[in-house]
Amino acid sequence: MKKVFRSVLTAMCVLGVASAPLAANAKQMHELRFGVDATYPPFESLSPSGAFQGFDIDLGKAICAELATKCVFISQSFDGIIPALQARKFDAILSSMTVTPERQKQIAFSSEMYNEPTALIVKKGSGLTPTAASLKGKTVGVEAGTIQESYAKTYWAPEGVKVVSYPGQDQVYADLLSGRLDASLQDSVEADYGFLKTPRGANFEFGGDVTYDPKHVLGSYIAIGVRKDDPELLKKINWAIAEIHKKGIYQKIEAKYFNFDVYGAPSKNSMN
Amino acid sequence: MIDIIKQYGLAYLCWDGYHISGVAMTLWLLVLSCGMGFCLALPLAIARNARSAVIRFPVWLFTFIFRGTPLYVQLLLIYSGLYQLNFVHQHVLLNDFFRQALNCTVLSFLLNTGAYTTEIFAGAIRETSHGEVDAALAMGMSRVTMYRRIIIPSALRRALPVYSNEVILMLHATTLAFTATVPDLLKVANDAYSATYDPFDAFTLAALLYLCISFVLIFAFRRAERHFLAYLNP
Repeated sequence: MKKVFRSVLTAMCVLGVASAPLAANAKQMHELRFGVDATYPPFESLSPSGAFQGFDIDLGKAICAELATKCVFISQSFDGIIPALQARKFDAILSSMTVTPERQKQIAFSSEMYNEPTALIVKKGSGLTPTAASLKGKTVGVEAGTIQESYAKTYWAPEGVKVVSYPGQDQVYADLLSGRLDASLQDSVEADYGFLKTPRGANFEFGGDVTYDPKHVLGSYIAIGVRKDDPELLKKINWAIAEIHKKGIYQKIEAKYFNFDVYGAPSKNSMN
Repeated sequence: MIDIIKQYGLAYLCWDGYHISGVAMTLWLLVLSCGMGFCLALPLAIARNARSAVIRFPVWLFTFIFRGTPLYVQLLLIYSGLYQLNFVHQHVLLNDFFRQALNCTVLSFLLNTGAYTTEIFAGAIRETSHGEVDAALAMGMSRVTMYRRIIIPSALRRALPVYSNEVILMLHATTLAFTATVPDLLKVANDAYSATYDPFDAFTLAALLYLCISFVLIFAFRRAERHFLAYLNP
């Protein structure tokens, strides 16, 4: 009996080492806990049964599979997500977070997960475009604490555009519908799938992507956030991201959600 | 803390670069809602004590509804709800009024504090001592003169301690303004928090500023009480 037990144990060790070459010299992870703000379909949201779902969630599961650990998702509102990471409530942030210099002072970021531009939503036929000249005297809604709020306040407010901040993206859409707002500024894919493609968004359309950003307010790409004192985990996640790209898992998950390349910056035209 | 004060000090106090914000906005909300609430409450308090049920009942209903529901719900109804209605959109004046977030916020605040203040004043009017009323009647005063000279001044004096409480509660209620996008003190604190990810400093600074405002209010009401309620001193 003892002999059988030992051989099984040995076999398990060997298998474990073989399947996770990177983890071989580090201590084995039991689970990887991701902090998620599950209010951003199609990236992360809760299914009617309460399970986490979305593009980010599938990518997170694929990363966990590569690292051969258990995946745990923990709900956390976006504005408190960085303090919660620092407080070790979870190991990494997986929540459509764009890399910005301000955030990089607080936490470290993985390599790119995907990239989406910031886009303006306007009423159909209004002809507004995301430039200060076009929006002068108009009212534009943004969600507080987002890079879009920083953008609108940096470039547009000084030029006479009325920028109104809302506690949540839902309220921005509500006031866009009621007519208080002439336009709203947010991530383009979230706007497309979360608003324009729903029945509520029938009378609205894209006013265009934001391209003018000399001060780099909008940051670069979207990535996983990790505590700065945890470089080991960052290395593993980066390795896993590279692996899922190499093996074509990323492309398979991407095809499930989008009909365009969300890894390279998508342009407005490819989004119909 | 120093960094936050350096970067957001002005926004905390009065100006975020494009709008009035912070303490100035909070005080503006407080003055507008309490001032107009007071003007609304005084006639309603008299009507609340009217002999005729036709006058009394609508005022009772108003205070019952606005004291019986949370201010947050009232704000949402007025800010989001009313502006969805068709006739509000079509009417030019109503449309202009409800389009502005500040108007909606002040309207809901003044109705709410007006309802509470009405009950405070109505209670004080009811408690007016019979002697004062008898004396006024013996002097041959008409009802209007009696209210103007005797009942209202005396009721307002006696309501002062309770009313000061209501004003301070209203100061705390102004923190709801940001749910209707008005950039009050708490919104600036939230901005500072989301920029620095330092909740403790950002909100401590806001708490200190609220304390300062409360302190000034309490001090002013204490002075007013000493002046107007001097006759109660032993």
